[in-house]
Amino acid sequence: MSPVFVVLAALTVAGSIAAMTLRNLVHCALAVAVAFAGLAMLFLQLGAEFVGFVQILVYVGAVAILVVFAILLTRATEDSKAGAVFSRTWLSGLVIAAAVFAALGWAVLRSMQGLARGAEQPEVTVQQIGEALMSRFVLPLEIVALLLTAALVGAVIVAMFDREGAR
Amino acid sequence: MTCFSTPLAGYLLLAALLFAIGLAGALTRRNAILVLIGIELMLNAANLNFIAFWRFGPHPEALTGLMFAVFSIAVAAAEAAVGLGLVIQIHRHLKTADLDQINRMKG
Repeated sequence: MSPVFVVLAALTVAGSIAAMTLRNLVHCALAVAVAFAGLAMLFLQLGAEFVGFVQILVYVGAVAILVVFAILLTRATEDSKAGAVFSRTWLSGLVIAAAVFAALGWAVLRSMQGLARGAEQPEVTVQQIGEALMSRFVLPLEIVALLLTAALVGAVIVAMFDREGAR
Repeated sequence: MTCFSTPLAGYLLLAALLFAIGLAGALTRRNAILVLIGIELMLNAANLNFIAFWRFGPHPEALTGLMFAVFSIAVAAAEAAVGLGLVIQIHRHLKTADLDQINRMKG
């Protein structure tokens, strides 16, 4: 285990645990931004520079801001001090999550010797990615463009009207 | 590189842990926004798996894992936008984002 990986993994796990347990919603949003940034640095460390920077732009930039906006828009009538943070059925949820982690960890550890050994760092330039996007992956790219347009229009329409139909 | 390199299993275990944390949050938190954040964490854990398998796989020059991660990020961003719009609209209708109190879909 390289020390860089250990530090980044600890940062990411700490950020995600904090995001899922803190009481203040704004603190949760900041903690999840830390976790996303840690994942972006893990991507950079794995040699996927393009995906790392996309992760920073999309998650640390856009999704975190979107979450903060949603929290501020929905918090007005909430009393943040009152009530429990966790649902009534938190124990079963925790048990399910622990069972999933146990199953995944067992599968990974059991197939350890079958896993690939660390090859040398692959050299991937942004030019290669762009050429692949425009040739081999052009159909998925178009479908994603359509999906993003539909999601944009849909999100605006869903959030635009209130109960009386007024804007 | 030889003694300090992290094996693939390390990344896979980290991704499994992140997935479990996100799943636990999505199943136990009462606030709908936190449930969405948990789902985002699970998607990110899957992305880490894609990148790790791409990096340690036999054909990294084919770019498949990388591309899947990029498209997955795009789909996750669309999902986050629509999901948060739905949460805002539910809050506007029912004056709460508490999932224990939202028990009907009729407006």
